Amino acid sequence: MPPSALVEIRDLNFTYDKRPVLQGINMTFPKGKLVAIMGLSGCGKTTLLRHIGGVLKPSKGYVKVDGQVMHELDQAGLYAMRRKMGMLFQFGALFTDMSVYDNVAFQMREHTSLPEDIIHSLVIMKLNAVGLRGAQNMMPSELSGGMARRVALARTVALDPMLIMYDEPFAGLDPISLTVIGDLIRRLNDALGATSIIVTHDIQESLKIVDYVYFMASGVIMAEGTPDELRANQTGFVRQFMHGEMDGPVPFHYPGADYRQDLNLRA
Amino acid sequence: MALIKTIREIGHRVINAVWRIGVAARFFFLTILYSGNSFRRFNLIVKELFSSGVMSLIIIIVAGLFVGMVLGLQGYETLKRYGSESALGVMVALGLVRELGPVIAALLFASRAGSAMTAEIGLMKATEQISAMEMMAVNPIARIVAPRFWAGVISMPLLAALFSAVGIFGGYLVGVVQIGVDEGSFWSQMQAAVDFREDVLNGVIKSLVFGTVVTLIALFEGFDAPPTAEGVSGATTRTVVTSSLAILMLDFVLTAIMFRGA
Repeated sequence: MPPSALVEIRDLNFTYDKRPVLQGINMTFPKGKLVAIMGLSGCGKTTLLRHIGGVLKPSKGYVKVDGQVMHELDQAGLYAMRRKMGMLFQFGALFTDMSVYDNVAFQMREHTSLPEDIIHSLVIMKLNAVGLRGAQNMMPSELSGGMARRVALARTVALDPMLIMYDEPFAGLDPISLTVIGDLIRRLNDALGATSIIVTHDIQESLKIVDYVYFMASGVIMAEGTPDELRANQTGFVRQFMHGEMDGPVPFHYPGADYRQDLNLRA
Repeated sequence: MALIKTIREIGHRVINAVWRIGVAARFFFLTILYSGNSFRRFNLIVKELFSSGVMSLIIIIVAGLFVGMVLGLQGYETLKRYGSESALGVMVALGLVRELGPVIAALLFASRAGSAMTAEIGLMKATEQISAMEMMAVNPIARIVAPRFWAGVISMPLLAALFSAVGIFGGYLVGVVQIGVDEGSFWSQMQAAVDFREDVLNGVIKSLVFGTVVTLIALFEGFDAPPTAEGVSGATTRTVVTSSLAILMLDFVLTAIMFRGA
């Protein structure tokens, strides 16, 4: 592993129900950087993230985080590694039976023996960082989508993780919340000195904040580069994805039988 | 061909059922294994005791009262034919403590607290709360399942005892206050005939078994539910149906063991 890489993926293959989901993936995530994995829905982005988190085991190849091969860790080792990670789920995944405060304090209470007054100070600081100190007593059901995502972000960074993973952090947000979340992701990454991986298909927002991008389609890497390199890339798939074109290498029509045959017309 | 297809279908279902029982047994084993945290942080169990136990109080008290009143009414009509109205208290108390208390309280517990547990855990799964917990290096069986399991096991005998007590009071209201059975014989015959070990303790053991089984089914169904609206709804239905059948079957088995020849 290169000395500056926190996460290294080599020849990663994953097959589910005889269907290849990931094929020969090679990626490197340098320390302190914010890297995006982009691609169409169902192209294997979230599956890749689950491999990095050690939730799935590869059919071939490996994912190495901080020098350790994830699928070789036992449960204790895996949990020890996950304590150094944070993950923001698509819709926040806040614990609905706990207040905003308790959600952010959750990991501190589970993994540390800090006294409650220290936990209080830490929670307030985390909530202040995402601008929601005033919402500490609210329940998740009382929050808007953008607020829930910010609380989840505060919970994700509660224990100052070295690796932060974001699964579709921009999904379903209004333009203001989108900018706020994007800005927070960048600022938190830099403030914590962490490494961040964003799985998304929101091009405009993510290209503003990331250092490097991997484009995926059908379980393989189609292109990679810095945001500027990708903006200048005019190859078929990248161009179609970047400009949201309807037809191209990714066809508009899902493969099916002959159209005339489906309409019961004779040739 | 149709016969082979039918046999294959039956075989497939049997294998699936056996496999599911195996998975549930493993789930039960893991729940016990990871229960240490629940007892070290007993407030987790107390919180769940409120949800499953305290919140079931109203339905248990109301149902217990009416069941006791019906027992009083029906018992009096039957005993009167043999001139044994004074044994009404014994009949009501034995019926409740041995059978109806544990069984009906467990059926009500399954439909109120059991279905709520399944729906809650199923929704936690559907909204990725359980995945989030796993990613935070917190074992969801230790943190979510075990406290609920022990809360169910603890609250079930208490609810059954309350059901029986309120039921006896209901029988008293109808038998003594309304119909006019002698109050002294109602209570004294009950006191003389109901044995603590044979009747009360066996009733408590029954409710402990029912509490364990109902809670385990509810938690397993929630944990195993497909993370969709349809999946959670199906799991909730299965909890009530499976728990109810399990309670009635186990009741027969336990009664046969406990009271045969008594």
